[in-house]
Amino acid sequence: MSDAFRVSGSLRNRLAITLIGGAALLAILLYFVARSYAAQIAQRGQDNIINASVTSILDAAILRDGAVEIDFPYASFAMLATASDDRIFYAIYQDDTVLSGYEDLPRLQMPPGKKAGFQTVAFRGAEMRLATASRVLIGADAKTRITVSIAQTQDALAGTLNLISRNVAIFGLGFFLLATLLSFWATSTTIGQLRRLALSVTRRGPQDLRPVSQPVPSEMAPLVSSLNRFMTRLDYSLQQSEDFIAEAAHRVRTPLATVRSHAEATLQRVSKEENRQALRAMVRAIDESSRAAGQLLDHAMITFRADHLERQNLDLVDLTKELVQRLSPVAEMKDVELRLDTEATVPISGDPILLQNALRNIIDNALKYAPSETAIHIRIRSKPRAQVEVRDQGQGFPADEIGTLASRFTRGANAKNIIGSGLGLTIARDVAVAHGGTLDLSNKPEGGACVIFSL
Amino acid sequence: MKFLLIEDNADLANAICSRLKFDGHVVDHACKIRDAITYSEVGDYDLILLDIMLPDGDGRTFLKQHRAREKDTPVIVLTARSQVSDRISLLDLGADDYLTKPFDHAELQARCRAVLRRKTGTAQTVLRIGGVTFDPVAGRLAVGGETVNLRNRELRLLELLINAPGRIFPKQKLADSLFSYDEDVSENAIEVYIGRLRKHLENSSLKITTHRGLGYRLDHE
Repeated sequence: MSDAFRVSGSLRNRLAITLIGGAALLAILLYFVARSYAAQIAQRGQDNIINASVTSILDAAILRDGAVEIDFPYASFAMLATASDDRIFYAIYQDDTVLSGYEDLPRLQMPPGKKAGFQTVAFRGAEMRLATASRVLIGADAKTRITVSIAQTQDALAGTLNLISRNVAIFGLGFFLLATLLSFWATSTTIGQLRRLALSVTRRGPQDLRPVSQPVPSEMAPLVSSLNRFMTRLDYSLQQSEDFIAEAAHRVRTPLATVRSHAEATLQRVSKEENRQALRAMVRAIDESSRAAGQLLDHAMITFRADHLERQNLDLVDLTKELVQRLSPVAEMKDVELRLDTEATVPISGDPILLQNALRNIIDNALKYAPSETAIHIRIRSKPRAQVEVRDQGQGFPADEIGTLASRFTRGANAKNIIGSGLGLTIARDVAVAHGGTLDLSNKPEGGACVIFSL
Repeated sequence: MKFLLIEDNADLANAICSRLKFDGHVVDHACKIRDAITYSEVGDYDLILLDIMLPDGDGRTFLKQHRAREKDTPVIVLTARSQVSDRISLLDLGADDYLTKPFDHAELQARCRAVLRRKTGTAQTVLRIGGVTFDPVAGRLAVGGETVNLRNRELRLLELLINAPGRIFPKQKLADSLFSYDEDVSENAIEVYIGRLRKHLENSSLKITTHRGLGYRLDHE
């Protein structure tokens, strides 16, 4: 009953996976953004230095007597020194001819009007950053354009970038771990509310159908309010069926009692044999129907209670003695003796109403089948298990039906003349099974039926 | 014996009354709790038969008030409710016994006897006739000072005959009184019990005679 519904994933896992996945995505994004921003800044730094170097060389260029003269300032190359010994290549052009430096250094085609430009180029097997600037020198009689290019390898920059990347990666990972921990904490506090509600409902007794009154988060309020409404309806309908059973019994039995009493009274006054037969048959039919009604209601009650036994500590001896006392007038009426053979106490744990009902059915049965002026032996033992043995001196169970007699509405072939519904032994067996016990039927070699009700 | 029957269903009450009167008892009948209280305050009853569902309340209310007034008249509850828990609560309230409707009249009588025996212990209606002392409640018969053990059916048979000496009881009536309707009664059984009773009464001046085609009669010589 409890696991009939399908479980589709866990709310907690779903929440945790969403939160952790989001954190991972953010951490990766952070890593790339920070890294590219850092690369840009580092690149700009290097560009500025190279540009300064280029500018300082350009500034040193003068036009003297129509010839270009450049006196390299010391600082122009010193400022390019880095920790990783980056190599520097340069080229100086006058208009389009190379004046000095590496002739094969790639030349940056500067768009007209622009005086400086940067480019990343591949040269001699390495990536490098190339800065180019030009200046027009005006002499006495001539005008010439000087262009300076300096290229620098990027080892130091790559080192710096790697360092920054590593730090950013560590930072991202830390952020991710922290977010994971936070999401676990967040999910368990959220789910905890649900779990507390479930626990408080589970812990209740089977009869407890009061609405849930403890405070719940607003998101759970619709669930709890529909649960409360459901329990109210259930409580109401249980109450109704209980009332219905009591009312039905009353409504059915009272007119039956009237008819029966009338029939009995009439039987006293009627002497014609066929009328007497008819009246007797009537009384028997009434007995049959009232007994069937009673046992059906008993059986319904037992099926209902067997789901949740109300166990108490009881004495099986007290329980049985009370029953025997209650049944003794009926036994006396038939001249049957009820003999009780018992230990002082047999403590058990069980549902008193169910146990009484079961034992009453067993003893009732024995009373019905016992011939008059015989005895029914009721023996109570605590070892090896608590058990009540009821033995009569009747004709016993029919040997070929003994296995099926405890099934619903099954009656022995020898029961034709005895009123019953076939539910008595079923009730007794159901009660025994609900208590984890058994009901054994057997015939005694010396004659008579024997029913052992063990717990 | 004097009975107080508290039952609101007129049909059922009539049937029970007529049956009890037929057995030679006196019955007062109340339909409501209010009437029942008046009756029980005024009259002195041997036994009260109480229905649970009454027009002006629950029979248990009467039971509680009855016990609160420290009346110890035995009460047998007639209930249509079959739940064991209901019956247990009745006994806890002070009922002496209960019967589930519909009931067998023979069982009602048996329960009345059992309850009376438990309550009063011994003799209040002891009969002395022809050298015989008979206490129907305690189920004791003494013939010439010697106690005889009677089986239950012998006892009831004797009770019927001894209460109306000189009257002829048909076999059928005796069988109806002695056996419940779910038993197969053979009229031979009556002859067996009559035979036994004759044996018990051998040393007294009481004699059971057979009247062919009519029945049996207890004569006091």
